[in-house]
Amino acid sequence: MTGEQLIILALLIPACGSVVIWATAWNANVREGVTLLSAAALLLVVLEILERFMGGGEVATRSFSVVPGLDLAFDVEPLGMLFACVASGLWIVNSIYSIGYMRGNREPRQTPFYICFAIAIASTIAIAFAANLFTLFLFYEILTLSTYPLVTHKGDDNAKAGGRTYLLILLGTSMLLLLPAIIATFVIAGTLDFVPGGILANNTSSTIIGVLLAMYVFGIGKAALMPLHWWLPAAMVAPTPVSALLHAVAVVKAGVFTVLKVIVYIFGVEALSSQGNASWLVWVAGFTVITASLVALRQDNLKRRLAYSTVSQLSYVVLAAAILTPISIVGAAMHIAAHAVSKITLFFAAGSIYTASHLTEISQLDGIGRRMPWTMAAFTVGALSMIGVPPTAGFLGKWFMLTGAMDTGQWLPVVIIVSSTLLNAAYFLPIVVQAFFKAPGDDVKKHVKGEAPFPIVLAVTATAIGTIALFLYPDVPLALSKMLAGN
Amino acid sequence: MISANLPALQVVLPLLGAVVCAFLQRGVYAWGVALIVTATMPFVAAGLLIQVMDGGPISYALGGWAPPVGIEYRVDVVNAFLLLLVSLIGAIIMPYAKASVEKEIPADRQAWFYAIYLLCLCGLLGMAITGDAFNVFVFMEVSSLAAYALIAMGRDRRALLAAYQYLIMGTIGATFYVIGVGLLYSMTGTLNMADMASRLGGIESSRAVLAAMAFLTVGISLKLALFPLHVWLPNAYAYAPSIATVFLAATATKVAVYLLLRYFFTVLGTVFAQQSLPIAEIVMLLSLAAMFGASIVAVFQENVKRMLAYSSVAQIGYITLGIALVNQSGLTGGIVHLFNHALMKGALFMAIGAVFYQIGSVRLADLAGIGKRMPITMGAFALAGLSIIGVPGTVGFISKWYLVLGALEHGWWWLAFLIVASSLISVVYIGRLVEVIWFKPVSAAAKRAKEPPLSMLLPTLLLVAATLYFGFDTSATAGIAAMAADWLLVGAR
Repeated sequence: MTGEQLIILALLIPACGSVVIWATAWNANVREGVTLLSAAALLLVVLEILERFMGGGEVATRSFSVVPGLDLAFDVEPLGMLFACVASGLWIVNSIYSIGYMRGNREPRQTPFYICFAIAIASTIAIAFAANLFTLFLFYEILTLSTYPLVTHKGDDNAKAGGRTYLLILLGTSMLLLLPAIIATFVIAGTLDFVPGGILANNTSSTIIGVLLAMYVFGIGKAALMPLHWWLPAAMVAPTPVSALLHAVAVVKAGVFTVLKVIVYIFGVEALSSQGNASWLVWVAGFTVITASLVALRQDNLKRRLAYSTVSQLSYVVLAAAILTPISIVGAAMHIAAHAVSKITLFFAAGSIYTASHLTEISQLDGIGRRMPWTMAAFTVGALSMIGVPPTAGFLGKWFMLTGAMDTGQWLPVVIIVSSTLLNAAYFLPIVVQAFFKAPGDDVKKHVKGEAPFPIVLAVTATAIGTIALFLYPDVPLALSKMLAGN
Repeated sequence: MISANLPALQVVLPLLGAVVCAFLQRGVYAWGVALIVTATMPFVAAGLLIQVMDGGPISYALGGWAPPVGIEYRVDVVNAFLLLLVSLIGAIIMPYAKASVEKEIPADRQAWFYAIYLLCLCGLLGMAITGDAFNVFVFMEVSSLAAYALIAMGRDRRALLAAYQYLIMGTIGATFYVIGVGLLYSMTGTLNMADMASRLGGIESSRAVLAAMAFLTVGISLKLALFPLHVWLPNAYAYAPSIATVFLAATATKVAVYLLLRYFFTVLGTVFAQQSLPIAEIVMLLSLAAMFGASIVAVFQENVKRMLAYSSVAQIGYITLGIALVNQSGLTGGIVHLFNHALMKGALFMAIGAVFYQIGSVRLADLAGIGKRMPITMGAFALAGLSIIGVPGTVGFISKWYLVLGALEHGWWWLAFLIVASSLISVVYIGRLVEVIWFKPVSAAAKRAKEPPLSMLLPTLLLVAATLYFGFDTSATAGIAAMAADWLLVGAR
């Protein structure tokens, strides 16, 4: 098979999967079988693409011109490859988990759930392999639209309000800021292709570059930079597998992925750092990192605390990109992968607790570790990774970020990363301590009988192991990240 | 033989069809005649378009009287594109019409309905094809009178009032148009548009010509429902029979927009280019007012057809904005939006027509939860709604891309920003519809609903598929629109 066919296959598998899921709605077991089969097939295809790409082969599709200058085209570059691996790998685990969760909680309307999920994965893969800004934007919007029914899955007033915020912020920012920025880029540079070194470099004044950068980073609402972050806590009304999809697999990752991609391939890291008009981005990202952590500290609802933790962690990626050195770009890319596996572990654990006991508040979790040891052990691994403690994946990203900042003598990012690490510890460790070392409280005694259903425990354990494995065997992601940074 | 007489066939066939329908007693027979006539129209129009693309503009002397004295039918890329659009919409509606008309129109008037429908189609095609300024007026009256009658056939008694309102406004518009043509005739001594354009050299800034331009602009703007001359439109669309709404929304205003293009760029091209009147600026301001004002009003509507009607006023604002930009990208955006908006609004009104067919109401409250009963129709509705918003991958995005590009080519960042900002309001009203349709508990009225017959469903799905298809492959739509824009801009130099 040619590389072109492989890419198209990777897009078609989840897309066609959604149709087959619809067609097999009459039997839940067949339907779930289709989901798992598509996920497995997708992973195989992505791994095949990875092998070709690492072997130095060019993997790209021909381009199809929509209007002159707007092309639909896909090709594989390091960052997209990394993102595609993360997304397709986590889809399998998430599907296993979803089956346990949706059945365990007797959720209604499961068929639309799996259909929208598959469409969201298809658009995520398309975002990862997009060869130009137009293609990326197209699937960025489809991702927003296909996840909207997932966010509003419960269908009550709360879900509708959350969905409204979700749709308005994400569509609004992308239409008001991102689209004009893309069109302006096209007018200035005459192309929208992702080119190493950037396409805007020598074409326009540094003021316009600064304005465009601001339009991009705030226009990409999925990156949840403050003050455009509150769709993320609002979307917490969704079922847990959806939260995992939003926070770990697809949505927010697509956001920071796009930011990173724009900085590397549209502006160019060197061009931006030589012009010196991106230093404000360090402040904005740093502000988000610290503030979101402070807010997380005050949340008693477990999923909300995780949500604010995501806001904070995402801005690490933006912060790392804003340091504008090759080594910090490596850190940013690594952190995308690391945060994905760790955050999905945390959400799986939160959903596991909910499925087993319907407990949602942190203050109710005294001593739960003794009754749900697997879940809470996995939670601990995820939490350590969020803090950045070896041997977990979170350490790697932070290490490269810090190295990059220190190498270039930028002390502000160093201060931000260090103090935020302390904050992360302050809002995650107490949960672990409380779960394992306190005597079981009334809530736990009353509601927790034992572990959640088997698929859930399996998934949460798998991602926890993944979090450690990524630290122990970081070769492939590290190689990809270094290719991205250009060495 | 036939290929040489295509211009005449384009107008004569529906006219004859209308006469035949008027003599028939049974609605089904009339439907059959209308079906055959409308089905041939796209082939005639496509034949014309191919001839024009190959060999340049066609001039057809009606009755053998040579122009400029005789009436000339003149087809170039611009109106060939429009003829194809109107014919296609006219044809796609017909299969859908049968079930809908049987439900909404009393049996003894169904044959009349088809007769008037064909008459309206004839008038619209005539307006588009003729090269004679007064002949335009004749066809304008044919189409308008037919349109008033179509609207008045609505089941709701408010349809009568709406038709009357439209009659008054439309007549004022037509009168203004005739005054404008009269002034031009007095200055040039000809009614042939091309002849008129050539004879205006040297007298472009005379007061009579400027007055003519003003009268024409206002008259045509009434017909195309440019804000604030749109007040007839919401009621007319809301209370007309479903078929009439689909047809008029997709075609009638579009032909009026074509007239505006024709006068601004061909007939009065030199006057327009001199900018002795700030017409482009005024049209731009009014377009912006439409894009924002009408969209905001749409948000608060409780009758879905009215909501879509206000959305139409806003969307017409995009088209006229493209005209007011007077550059290649802007004009391409305006012209391609003619086509694109016809597709998506046609699809939306068809889907809503199917709802009316099933539950006899288009009130928002009655539509609650209907998505669970009519998932395919309402899925189609939601997709067409995305196109109104301008989500990439739909035709709405293509129009917006060209319009923003046109604004940026002028260096008007503020305008680019306003264009995208206005589409955000459509997120609100489309989102509100989607929420009610899918997430509210099923209403008493919606409980009875099920999918409409295939004859209604398939045309709807066809239009929705087209809104998606032409969002990717734009070589036909934007390609021809760009040619038309080039063609028009030559006239305005």
